[in-house]
Amino acid sequence: MAIKKFAVACYDDEEVLFPAVKKVRHSGYKLHDVYTPFPVHGLDAALGLKETDLHIAGFIYGITGTSTALGFMSWIFTSDWPLVFGGKPYLSLPAFIPITFELTVLFAAVGMVLTFCYLNQIMPGVKKHVFHPRQTDDLFVVAIELNEHVSETEVIDFLKSTGAVETNVQVAESEWWYGRFDKKEPYELA
Amino acid sequence: MHLKYESFVREPLVNGEKTYHQVTEEIVRPIEQKPGRMWYVGFFFSVALLMLGVFSVTWEVYYGIGVWGINRTVGWGWDITNFVWWVGIGHAGTLISAILLLFRQGWRTGVNRAAEAMTIFAVMCAGQFPVFHMGRVWDAGFIFPLPNSRGPLWPNFNSALLWDVFAISTYFTVSLLFWYSGLIPDFATVRDRAKTKLRKRLYGIASFGWTGSAKNWQRHEALSLVLAGLSTPLVLSVHTIVSFDFATSVIPGWHATIFPPYFVAGAIFSGFAMVQTLLIVCRRIVGLEDYITVGHIEAMNKVIVLTGSIVGVAYLTELFMSWYSQVIYEQDAFKWRIMGPYWWSYWAMMTCNVVSPQLFWFKKLRRNIPFTFIMSIVVNIGMWFERFVIIVTSLYRDYLPSSWTYYSPTWPEVGFYLGTFGLFFTCFFLFAKYFPVIAIAEIKFILKTSGESFKHKMDVIHEKPTEQFVHEQAEAHH
Repeated sequence: MAIKKFAVACYDDEEVLFPAVKKVRHSGYKLHDVYTPFPVHGLDAALGLKETDLHIAGFIYGITGTSTALGFMSWIFTSDWPLVFGGKPYLSLPAFIPITFELTVLFAAVGMVLTFCYLNQIMPGVKKHVFHPRQTDDLFVVAIELNEHVSETEVIDFLKSTGAVETNVQVAESEWWYGRFDKKEPYELA
Repeated sequence: MHLKYESFVREPLVNGEKTYHQVTEEIVRPIEQKPGRMWYVGFFFSVALLMLGVFSVTWEVYYGIGVWGINRTVGWGWDITNFVWWVGIGHAGTLISAILLLFRQGWRTGVNRAAEAMTIFAVMCAGQFPVFHMGRVWDAGFIFPLPNSRGPLWPNFNSALLWDVFAISTYFTVSLLFWYSGLIPDFATVRDRAKTKLRKRLYGIASFGWTGSAKNWQRHEALSLVLAGLSTPLVLSVHTIVSFDFATSVIPGWHATIFPPYFVAGAIFSGFAMVQTLLIVCRRIVGLEDYITVGHIEAMNKVIVLTGSIVGVAYLTELFMSWYSQVIYEQDAFKWRIMGPYWWSYWAMMTCNVVSPQLFWFKKLRRNIPFTFIMSIVVNIGMWFERFVIIVTSLYRDYLPSSWTYYSPTWPEVGFYLGTFGLFFTCFFLFAKYFPVIAIAEIKFILKTSGESFKHKMDVIHEKPTEQFVHEQAEAHH
C-alpha cells in the first residue's frame, strides 16, 4: 500500500492522446499509467513499453502439457499396467496423439490465463483505484505521479496545454488491494 | 490507391453515427433496465423445459437406462444423436471468435460474444448425454484417469471415446477462458457506470478489478491472439475426434475416412444456423440492430451456403464410396438409408441440408431476415436428422438379420432432449440480461475504421481523382 498524489488528465480522443503521451514522456514528469476503454494500437510503443512475453509462457505451458500427456500414457501402458488392445503394441504412439494435443492446448490456455491474471494483478475481489469512472467508457486517462519536486499547478497547466478535456489532482492508492467497488476507501473520504 | 478502394466497397459494421459513449450506453442498457415482458415469458418457458428435463433424467437414473427406447442392436439412439448435434452447434462460436480473429474479419466483433456464449451453453448441453447414457452416472468419474483402488486401473487411452472425454472437457474449458477473458474489460465498463451498490459490487468482483491500463491491454491482446491460435486447431480437433467415435469402428456407414472433415463442416453449418436463430431474435428484443446488421447476417449466410455445400458433397461421396467399395454390407447400409424403414430421416436430411441452403446463392434471400430465420431452423432440423441417420440407420440392421430392429424414442428420451433446450435457453436468457451481449471494447476498437460516420469520411476521399489522392498520400508521409 502506497498512497500517492496524482495529476490526472482526461482526453476524449485517441488522436489527441498520442501527441499528449509523447509530450508527457518528453517533459520528464513521472508517468504513472495510461488508461483506455479499449486497446489502442501503438500506445504501448508510444509509452515505450516492452513487448509482452506472455506468449513465451504459453509455449512453455504447452510443451509441459505435451510431455505430461505423452509421459503419463506411455508409463501406464508400458510399465504400470501393460495391456494389449486389438493386438497393437503397448506403446501405440499414433493413438496417443489426440489426447496429447488436447492436453497441450489445455495446459497452454489455463497456464496463460493464470499468468495473465498474475501479471496484471487481477483477481475476483481485487480492487484498484479508478481515476475517472469513464476511463472504461469513452475517456483516455493519463495519470502523472506528483512529488515535492514538482509544482501541482505547473503540471496541471502543462496537461491542459496537451488538449485534455478534464484535469484534476487526486490522492490515491497506487497499487492493488482487496476491496469492494461499492465502498469508498478511507483516503477517498479524507 | 489500395487504401482508397478497400474502405469504399465494405459496408459499415456499426450503423448510425455513434460516439464511444453511445456504444457503451446502448450495449449496457439491457443490463441496467428491467427486462421486458418477452424476456420473462421466454425465461420462464425455458425454466419449465429445464424442469421437464430434470424430471426425465431423474426418472431414467432411478429406473435405469431400460426406460429409454435403445436396445441391444441400436445402442446409441437419441442420446448420442443429441450429443453430436449440440457439440456441432458449439463450433460456430469458436469459429467466429478464433478463426475469424486470425483471418482479421472485422465483422466478428458484432457477434462473437453471443456466439461464444452459445458455444459454452451448447457444450454444457452436449455433455449431459454421454454422461447419462452411462446408466450408472455415479460412476462417471471413472472416465478420467484418476488414481483408484483397483490396481490402479486406467482408462483405455487408445479408445476414441476417451479421446472425446479429453476433447470435450478441454474445449469447454478453453472456450470458457477465452470468453471470460474478453468479458473482463466489459464488466469493468458496467461496474464503473453502475448506479446501484449491488451492481457495483458484483460487477466489481466479476471484472477482477480491471482498470484498462495500457500494459494490461497489451497483455490482453497477446492473450486473445494466442488463445485464438490455440482454439483454431482445437475446434477442428473436437469434431474430428467426435467423428472418430464412429470412424474408428467397423460398422458399415461409419467406417469412413471422410468423416473428420465432413463432421467439422457440418458442425460449422449447424452452428452458424443456431447463431442466426439466436441473434435474429436477440437483436430485436435487446434493440441492437445497429450492431448486428443485415451485413452480419449476410456474412453468416455465406458461411452457411459454403459449409452446406461441403456437407452435400460429403453425402454424395459417401454414396459413391459405398458403391465403389463393392462391399455388400456398405452398399446395403446406404440402400436402407435411402429406401429402408427410415427413408424419411434420410430425405429430411437431404432436403434440409443440401437442397434448401442453395437458396442462399441469391443475395436478396441472404439479406432477408425472416427467410434467414426460417432457414436457420430448417438447417438445424436437417443437421439433427444427419446425426440420427448416421447413428440409427447404421445400427438398426446389423450383420445378423435376427437382431434387426426398429428404434423409436420413449418419453424420457424426448423429455431429456427438450430439457437441454431448457438448459440452453435458460442460460442464454440470463446471459442476455446480465452480460454485455456485444463485446463493447472490441466494437469501440473497430468504430473508427468500420463505423458509419467514419465511412462517410471515406466518401470524400472517393470523390477525389485518383491522381490527387495518391499525391496527397505521398505528401502526407514526407
